[in-house]
Amino acid sequence: MATINFSVNGTSHAIDTDPLRRLLDILREDLKLTGVKEGCGEGECGACSVLKNGILVNSCMIPIGTCEGTEIITPEGLRETVQGKAIIDAYGESGAVQCGFCTPGMMMATEALLRKNPSPSEGEAREALSGNLCRCTGYDMIIDGVLKAAERGKGLW
Amino acid sequence: MVDSYRPLSLKEALDLRADTGAMPFAGGTDLMVRYRYESGAIPDYPRPVMFVNQLDDLRKIRRIDHGLSIGAAVTMTEVLDHDDVPEILKEALLTIAAPGLRNTATIAGNICNASPAGDSICALYALDAGVKLQSPGGERIEPIYQFITGPGKIDLHADEILTEIIIPEDHSTIHLFKKVGTRRANALSKLTLSAVARISDSRIDEIRIAIGAVAPTVVRSLELEKRMEGRSLKEVALEAEDILRDYDALVQPIDDQRSTAVYRKRVAMNLVRHFLLGVVLQQKGA
Ligand SMILES: Cc1cc2nc3c(=O)[nH]c(=O)nc-3n(C[C@@H](O)[C@@H](O)[C@H](O)COP(=O)(O)OP(=O)(O)OC[C@H]3O[C@@H](n4cnc5c(N)ncnc54)[C@H](O)[C@@H]3O)c2cc1C
Ligand code: FES
Ligand code: FES
Repeated sequence: MATINFSVNGTSHAIDTDPLRRLLDILREDLKLTGVKEGCGEGECGACSVLKNGILVNSCMIPIGTCEGTEIITPEGLRETVQGKAIIDAYGESGAVQCGFCTPGMMMATEALLRKNPSPSEGEAREALSGNLCRCTGYDMIIDGVLKAAERGKGLW
Repeated sequence: MVDSYRPLSLKEALDLRADTGAMPFAGGTDLMVRYRYESGAIPDYPRPVMFVNQLDDLRKIRRIDHGLSIGAAVTMTEVLDHDDVPEILKEALLTIAAPGLRNTATIAGNICNASPAGDSICALYALDAGVKLQSPGGERIEPIYQFITGPGKIDLHADEILTEIIIPEDHSTIHLFKKVGTRRANALSKLTLSAVARISDSRIDEIRIAIGAVAPTVVRSLELEKRMEGRSLKEVALEAEDILRDYDALVQPIDDQRSTAVYRKRVAMNLVRHFLLGVVLQQKGA
């Protein structure tokens, strides 16, 4: 057991737990942030994506012990920002959401991309979301959503 | 349940490793999958775990005499973002997994996992890379082709940590990296080719050819490379079929869930043939 100090969506936490527990489980079970999804549990699907110190990671692959002093942003945090709202609107208009299971992870990957590259090409958008699987949409509408977010949200990132 | 450690200096990490036998945990992208237990449960590690990605000593990329040193805790994304890293290694890294995984995964982990399909490994053979191994008692440097001894097998002593990857200055004038997989992202290789050469005045000064996932370890023949080095393109052209036959004998793939031995052999040899006949021997003045 150890005490892990870290922040989630701007709120500080000190959690007493086994450092080997997965960040995914801490977020979903201890902090009830169920916008973070578990699809595969082995790094393949991206449904569990969050930002760790601004960098896109798969929370199913991260032991909480490596999160000491870090800032985590989950879909619940992204949703409250102007950038997050722009992404949500663009996805909605593009028909990028069907069952919605992949959507939070897709949006985290979109945010990570736009922070690094505010006006991506279609190819760059596909590469940035290549670790996120969707079983419904066939991806084109999601990529439209990313490009629309970049265009509409110009200046936000 | 096992213990876990988060050392804050390399010295502390080396002492911990020697005292507890803890296994280094870098990005965890192999370890979390290998020891995955039930959803919601802690992975089933057989030994204590020691996180290493927070160690500043292992987080540097720096120029050294005649080459580049990449710290063992540098992520693949950080390697990709660095100007001094040879192009062939970057091309290989871009085929590994997807951005989110590359943001935590390390080359050191890829090497120590020692999968015959490790894509950075294949490129590192072609770059003639070495690894630095440190223990409380000292350090040694081994060429990667000696450090990796079999599928999943490395020559790492119980008290050692891999601390640096050392890449000699890359003077190649041409290179080719090719990964054959089922899809672009998150697909392990059916096979890979990494090859570099330095050609000047219609002569092969240097050539290194590495073929991944077609044998228990990456295939590279120092002997066949020596046979081509220092010779004119004309001379090598006369012996090319002979050399290709010798490579063919070294390529000994297996059937598995990703591909078949027959496919791997055919495609691997087509790629070696393409590099030698279609790229190297086509250089000006051949
Ligand atoms: C979805 C997915 C897709 C993938 N796709 C590819 C692919 O296309 N190509 C490919 O090559 N790989 C692929 N991989 C595997 C790749 O991510 C790993 O091999 C990665 O490079 C390992 O690095 P890591 O830092 O995550 O290592 P870890 O998982 O932390 O460690 C791996 C091994 O190395 C040891 N180790 C780590 N650091 C050290 C050190 N400093 N000293 C001594 N031992 C050490 C560990 O003890 C462990 O045995 C994929 C993985 C996943 C989950
Ligand atoms: S649940 Fe983490 S990548 Fe699928
Ligand atoms: S919308 Fe259903 S998985 Fe993507």
